[in-house]
Amino acid sequence: MNGVTVSAKVNGDAVQYVCPADESLLDVLRNRLNLTGVKEGCGTGDCGACSITLDGRLVCACLVLGAEAEGREIGTVEGLSEGGKLHPLQEEFIEKAALQCGICTPGFLVAAKSLLERNPNPTEEEIRYALAGNLCRCTGYDKIVRAVQSAAKIMRRGKKAAR
Amino acid sequence: MRFESPTTTKAAATLLASESGVAHVLAGGTDLLVRMKMGSIEPDLVVDIKRIESLRTLKVAAAGVQIGAAVPAVRLGESDKLRSLWPGVVEAANLIGSDQIQGRCTVVGNLCNASPAADSVPALIAAGAKALVVGPKGKRRVAVEKVVLGPGRTSLARDEFIEAVVLPARTGKSADAYLRFTPRTEMDIAVVSAAINLTLSRGIVQSAKVVLGAVAPTAVIVPAAAKALIGTKLDDAALDKMVAACRAACNPIDDKRGTIAYRTKVAGVMARRAALIAYERAGGSK
Repeated sequence: MNGVTVSAKVNGDAVQYVCPADESLLDVLRNRLNLTGVKEGCGTGDCGACSITLDGRLVCACLVLGAEAEGREIGTVEGLSEGGKLHPLQEEFIEKAALQCGICTPGFLVAAKSLLERNPNPTEEEIRYALAGNLCRCTGYDKIVRAVQSAAKIMRRGKKAAR
Repeated sequence: MRFESPTTTKAAATLLASESGVAHVLAGGTDLLVRMKMGSIEPDLVVDIKRIESLRTLKVAAAGVQIGAAVPAVRLGESDKLRSLWPGVVEAANLIGSDQIQGRCTVVGNLCNASPAADSVPALIAAGAKALVVGPKGKRRVAVEKVVLGPGRTSLARDEFIEAVVLPARTGKSADAYLRFTPRTEMDIAVVSAAINLTLSRGIVQSAKVVLGAVAPTAVIVPAAAKALIGTKLDDAALDKMVAACRAACNPIDDKRGTIAYRTKVAGVMARRAALIAYERAGGSK
């Protein structure tokens, strides 16, 4: 194999892998690093099931080459929980039944976390625009929006309490 | 396939020039990787230009703006100064795809992809943007409207690439606006679009540029539409004349997303609305 050797950070941990030059970061994460929370839906950047962060920016892992990630920081859904405690977004997705088949859920969680970091108190319209790159064929989106609103409220309260 | 990530434009130009097979430049990858996935291209070499510092630079000043080829579209919207100088260019660039796509896609990539429906291209042309082209023989500066020849075709030689687009100095009371029509509010491709750039003096249009997207194989500059606005305060008669000129300049395709008659009619509607937005932004009042 004419491979490229890459050192990167995934969810804070240093990783190294060798991949073919044309392999997507999505395939690297799933098949070489066993991070199967990153899902493949369309593979062409339309559905958002493979949403990750790359140096803090929300991107589709299917539209990044594994070879590009040298020295980069990658964040996946596996990095959301801390010390076994689920992220408020994860808690609220369960609480509000914001998923059915679940394949879109990791992408929605990563995208919603990215939104709340930029905008801790988004309007419903802002949430719907920010999540327009994530497709869900089960829920009709409403419960997802409610879960994000509820998690945002909890996170804002948490921040206030910490002060 | 080989993957290279040079750190200078010179090294990138040398890599592209010395490749005998199929070479492609990778910036945001939101078009390139899709085409690779679909099998419509099979590159022997991909040159990632995101490690070239100067290409990651966004310089914003009233005297001129330079948008590096590796600057993701999301960064344009994050610049308050750019939004106030060139609101039309920013709103056009920020309409491309989702937040996920915005984090990767670039305006230079949008230009080089050469889609007739590219959102940022009409706005760049209306702004009078120039592309800085790099090749083995050095650099050249070319008007953005000279880059796209037709769907998927550009005037770049196979060993050339664009390192940045530059917008001219802003003078007086000027503003631009971009509007597109899509059946959905997000994640869609323009059926018709219009970009307008105006400069006013005492509320009267001194100079204007009117550009339509998705109504011909390339973006269309409509000088007669601009002429209809100059010397006016965008009164109804001037706007009607501009709309007629826009419709006369349309040469669209007929497909399930819009018929020829529909696209032609809506082109005038988009141009009228965009002109009024640009006028108001430039400080004009009616």
